[in-house]
Amino acid sequence: MGAQLRIYRRRMRSVKATKKITKAMELISASRIVKAQQRVAASSPYANELTRAVTAVASFSNTNHPLTTPHPNPRRAAVLIITADRGMAGAYSNSAIKEGDQLVALLKERGLSVESYLVGRKAVNFYRFRNRAIANSWTGFSDNPTYAHAKEISDSLINAFLAESGTESHGVDELHIVYTEFKSMITQLPQAKRMLPLEVVETTVKTGLLPMYEFEPSPENVLNSLLPRYVEARVFNAMLQSAASEHAARRRAMKSATDNADELIKSLTRLANAARQAEITQEISEIVGGADALASASAGSE
Amino acid sequence: MATNLTVEVVSPEKRVWSGEATMVSARTLEGDLGILPDHAPLLGVLVDGLVSIKSADGEKVEFQINGGFISVAQNRVSILGESAS
Repeated sequence: MGAQLRIYRRRMRSVKATKKITKAMELISASRIVKAQQRVAASSPYANELTRAVTAVASFSNTNHPLTTPHPNPRRAAVLIITADRGMAGAYSNSAIKEGDQLVALLKERGLSVESYLVGRKAVNFYRFRNRAIANSWTGFSDNPTYAHAKEISDSLINAFLAESGTESHGVDELHIVYTEFKSMITQLPQAKRMLPLEVVETTVKTGLLPMYEFEPSPENVLNSLLPRYVEARVFNAMLQSAASEHAARRRAMKSATDNADELIKSLTRLANAARQAEITQEISEIVGGADALASASAGSE
Repeated sequence: MATNLTVEVVSPEKRVWSGEATMVSARTLEGDLGILPDHAPLLGVLVDGLVSIKSADGEKVEFQINGGFISVAQNRVSILGESAS
């Protein structure tokens, strides 16, 4: 076998091996998207009930809660960026980080200093490499977040929010969250939203007029215990959506990798065939040329 | 009793239980609370502990609820817990 042909064959083998891996990753991600979407759907009854309850309390009592009152003179803001732990997901993590950068620039324009809270190894590495300060970070569960994780994160954020935003402490006056919204299998959008101070948004499910609730023990107490839950639920929802988006982005990246491998294999096969043909043609012309030379040599001796 | 209560027990990760019930009892910060059909609308904070539901077919179901609250309106009872089992 000629050297050229051998090289083509070797490259084809390696591309085929890579294709097998990307194909497998594509299938795995595809099955995980469905699971992640189901988890988003499963968390919505809780979120809807909670929103209803919070709306009820907020509209029936004019209690002011520290979590809902905007700071008159905000100095510091926290930004929570949710990214992936692993790569191979195309631009998924990068677009979330970029969205976060834009938000940070916007906040800085308003004269706020920014504390970064990061979820996912990709964001942490990005910040570390650029020597940016990280207030707190969590890694290891980006593709399968549980409520316990969301609680841990929101506890730390709420504590920061409730702390005095003095010069020394890590207190913040605003909290923003950057996550990737799962719109559909093919569209995922990085989103930046303000979480705190809270604006209670209406549920998607309209239930008509809210009944006159009795509160036990008191509206203030109910609100006190509801609002942190509400923040947790929203962080949890953002994490679930991000996880679904991550899987979708990975599936898409792996699908195009598989397609590219197919293309590469096709063109390599063509090249290998041409090389083989060239080899055969050369051999034939060598044989013919050799036979000719022999024939003319023996003709000359007679 | 003409109507039953429609009860839902939900945790952040999934709907744990849902069905018809004749009575729900739970403990709020102010004390034990029994809810029968046509109860006035109520929002209450639950202490960690058991919530028991007497379902329409006479069975008694119990859930351990942590960090939860209860909302009652128009014969719909929702029990929300950070963890429910």
